[in-house]
Amino acid sequence: MEKTIFQYSSPGRIGVALPVLDVPETAIPGQFKRKEPIGLPEVTEGQAMRHFVRLSTMNFNIEKGLYPLGSCTMKYNPRLHEFLARIEGLAAVHPLSSDSSVQGTLEIMHKLGELLCEITGFEAVTLQPAAGAQGEFAGLLLIKKWQEERGEEHRNEVLMPDSAHGTNPATSTLAGLKVVSVKSDEHGRVDVEDLRSKAGENTCAFMLTNPNTLGIFESSIEEITKIIHDVGGLNYMDGANMNAMLGIARPGDMGFDVCHLNLHKTFSSPHGGGGPGSGTVCCREILRSFLPASTVEKTEDGYILRDRVGKSIGRLLAFHGNVGVLYRAYAYIRTLGSKGLREVSEVALINANYMKARLKPYYNVPNDDGPCMHEFVASGADAAEKGVKTLDIAKRLLDYGFHAPTIYFPQIVKEALMIEPTETESLESIDAFIDAMISIAEEIEEKPHLVTDAPVNTPVLRLDEVKAVKDLCLVEPVEYEQ
Amino acid sequence: MSIFVPNGKAQRDRMLDAIGVERFEDLLTPVPESIRLRGELDLPSPASELELQKEFKGFAARNSSADLVCFRGAGAYDHYIPAAIDNILTRSEFFTAYTPYQAEVSQGTLQSIFEYQTMISRLTGCEAANACMYDGASAVAEAALTAIRATRKKRILISGALNPRTIDVIHTYLDNGDFEINEVPFGADGLIDLEAADKLAEGGVAALVLQYPNYFGSIEDVQAAAELIHRHKGLLVVAADPVALGVLEAPGKLGADVVVGEGQPLGVAMSYGGPYVGFMAAKSAFLRKMPGRIVGRTEDRAGNTGYVLTLQTREQHIKRAKATSNICSNQALMALANVIYLTLTGETGFTEVAKQCWHKSHYLNKRLLEIDGVTDVFDAPFCREFVVNLPVSAEVTVTAMEEKGFLAGLPIPGLGEGAMMLTVTEKRTREEIDGFVEALNQHIKGAE
Repeated sequence: MEKTIFQYSSPGRIGVALPVLDVPETAIPGQFKRKEPIGLPEVTEGQAMRHFVRLSTMNFNIEKGLYPLGSCTMKYNPRLHEFLARIEGLAAVHPLSSDSSVQGTLEIMHKLGELLCEITGFEAVTLQPAAGAQGEFAGLLLIKKWQEERGEEHRNEVLMPDSAHGTNPATSTLAGLKVVSVKSDEHGRVDVEDLRSKAGENTCAFMLTNPNTLGIFESSIEEITKIIHDVGGLNYMDGANMNAMLGIARPGDMGFDVCHLNLHKTFSSPHGGGGPGSGTVCCREILRSFLPASTVEKTEDGYILRDRVGKSIGRLLAFHGNVGVLYRAYAYIRTLGSKGLREVSEVALINANYMKARLKPYYNVPNDDGPCMHEFVASGADAAEKGVKTLDIAKRLLDYGFHAPTIYFPQIVKEALMIEPTETESLESIDAFIDAMISIAEEIEEKPHLVTDAPVNTPVLRLDEVKAVKDLCLVEPVEYEQ
Repeated sequence: MSIFVPNGKAQRDRMLDAIGVERFEDLLTPVPESIRLRGELDLPSPASELELQKEFKGFAARNSSADLVCFRGAGAYDHYIPAAIDNILTRSEFFTAYTPYQAEVSQGTLQSIFEYQTMISRLTGCEAANACMYDGASAVAEAALTAIRATRKKRILISGALNPRTIDVIHTYLDNGDFEINEVPFGADGLIDLEAADKLAEGGVAALVLQYPNYFGSIEDVQAAAELIHRHKGLLVVAADPVALGVLEAPGKLGADVVVGEGQPLGVAMSYGGPYVGFMAAKSAFLRKMPGRIVGRTEDRAGNTGYVLTLQTREQHIKRAKATSNICSNQALMALANVIYLTLTGETGFTEVAKQCWHKSHYLNKRLLEIDGVTDVFDAPFCREFVVNLPVSAEVTVTAMEEKGFLAGLPIPGLGEGAMMLTVTEKRTREEIDGFVEALNQHIKGAE
């Protein structure tokens, strides 16, 4: 346990040497002035470093061990790319600089856009969305605008499978569209007949993650996208699982019209404890004119930023996107090239299928009718008879030195454990994870309390989430301080 | 075999064997032949570390803007970033971790967010804060939606003196719902016209959204705006500059219900516009209507203090179509930069930064007004940013000043051909300010 930074505070301490004011003062009118101190801590740099380093040691992270969060693609984050994004000439640039004074950045943005279009099989791109959910928002608005332009503004339904990420329905609501849920079949794929019966003259768009959230490729994808096109809708691909498809198949060739990419998943930029990411959106030519502000174009006189809203869907952020994340993604693609990217997906698939094959004797894998893609979903439901829940299995994995998989998602699988090893894990670390999972399966049979008592080897024991809501404490009370 | 993939042919063959297939292609049976990529992606050949470094140095060299002495703000500010910040941010434990879903192995991230929420709450004068939003502009749009949910009214008033980019983002977020947005004009003094707001608020509105200090740097009367909008049963949403809050009274103390803003000035590089981070704080009455992640303090089974994500039933992964927002990934690492920045500068240092921005921007303003033909556009008191009218074209001036090594203020064509908005941070020395004034004076004389 580490004290809060406020508890280290003592008046007069400071952690940075600031320049001395070298201009005459101008009085701050009394009526505007802050009446009381802010309540910020006062510590030295050394104290601050010790505090934050101590905090850091309580975090699991990708360098500590395998991090199999399904749909999150926790792969290694190359160090060179961190260094490159921090070069002074890239980091110290004001967002409202003249185009001629930021040619380097604009060139990276333009080139990255072209590379991502090639990878997805599309023609146009916006790098502005800050995260996957904002990419979804941009993508749905593009489709909505396209429908409006051709006089089909009555189309207000977004179809999506019942296994969709929670962001998909939430985004549809934000875009002013109605969610129509489509059933999954017994193998976890889109029920094509149910889709056919629900697609119609009110269909604006269909949203699908492919491979889907069960890690299964939608084999009828051509039929699915055609059903939507035939009723006048467009197809949106949630690209959260693109790590399975690099150099293997492209959304643009599957009948999708627009997709977002999570550059912080597939293209290796770090997750930062929750962000920043980038939800870059690639789309067909027909949607180009609606792209949000801040698109980069190449002209004879160099690169220019198109920064007007015009007839576009608008502006998603004040400026041009999470540019620092774009640098890392560009560096990643440049490092790997086409063969390297294809290898990423090949090995991601092999690693996931190997894990599934080895764990199947110990854990139920529903919807298993052939190879999975880069991840698979197991169920912890069988442990219920021993009084063990999936949450307990997840917590026990922490004791074994691994992060837990994504749990309780997708909701169509009971007690789901969604496991994604990624291509940057070695066979040795994958085997160690499998051994831990097998051990836990044995513990469930023989000593289930070890699992329900978990975790015990972590900085804190199991935390009480109910108490957190009941006795809400979201900020340090002032009286907590010395 | 790439440097990021440890399983070579030997391991892959063993694994394929265990899976029960002969070759990798057997795993692709679910992917129809008809849609598989024929041949390879058309990408440049792989670059070595050394080649990539050289390529990036070339890009950086073509960013001449990085070498300019900056007097431009308008939403992004050139503040000093203490060296210790990057040192912490680049620790694997922080930057390679995911969202803290498994709280027991994420106490570092969770406690730092709790400290962040505390600092944002104290800075804004609000009871509660969330774990962060994408940026200041999207935070304003989300705050407007929060007010709409809290009041069940569908109309909002926005100040015409909001950053125009923020106004764009508000429209992007709200125009697709069944909402109405009315803009309140600003007067000749540079402040929002409260009488006009009062009239527009008739019939009931969800919120009045204003910026503090506003886009032009003028200091709005938050208290009067709060009283006005509360009479109409609406909420006051304030988009605040966090550095200005080092000297100005906290909006929450003046009656604001939701306070949001851009966290970039607090230890985050300008980086051509991102990644930045939005903050959001509110009276606790509106907590359950707020978007985004929230961290709460609790106990573990042994009674030790710990931290978890809480009030998650507002969020998309549980509420789906009925969630308060679609936000999932946020800008957590930038929020961590904010906490470290506010820790290192601390009570005295942070206040000092804010004061220096006040004094230096006023010094520049006075020096500029000494130049023949330069006048203030507005007469209301300003904080760290202001608009002057130059006797020459502001656009042409920017280009001329760039050649002399300065990033001049932003032209504001809507306020006149000569209108330029300038800011001065604590980084600027008197010598740089005087040099800028001299260069500008020369340019104006030359142009006449």
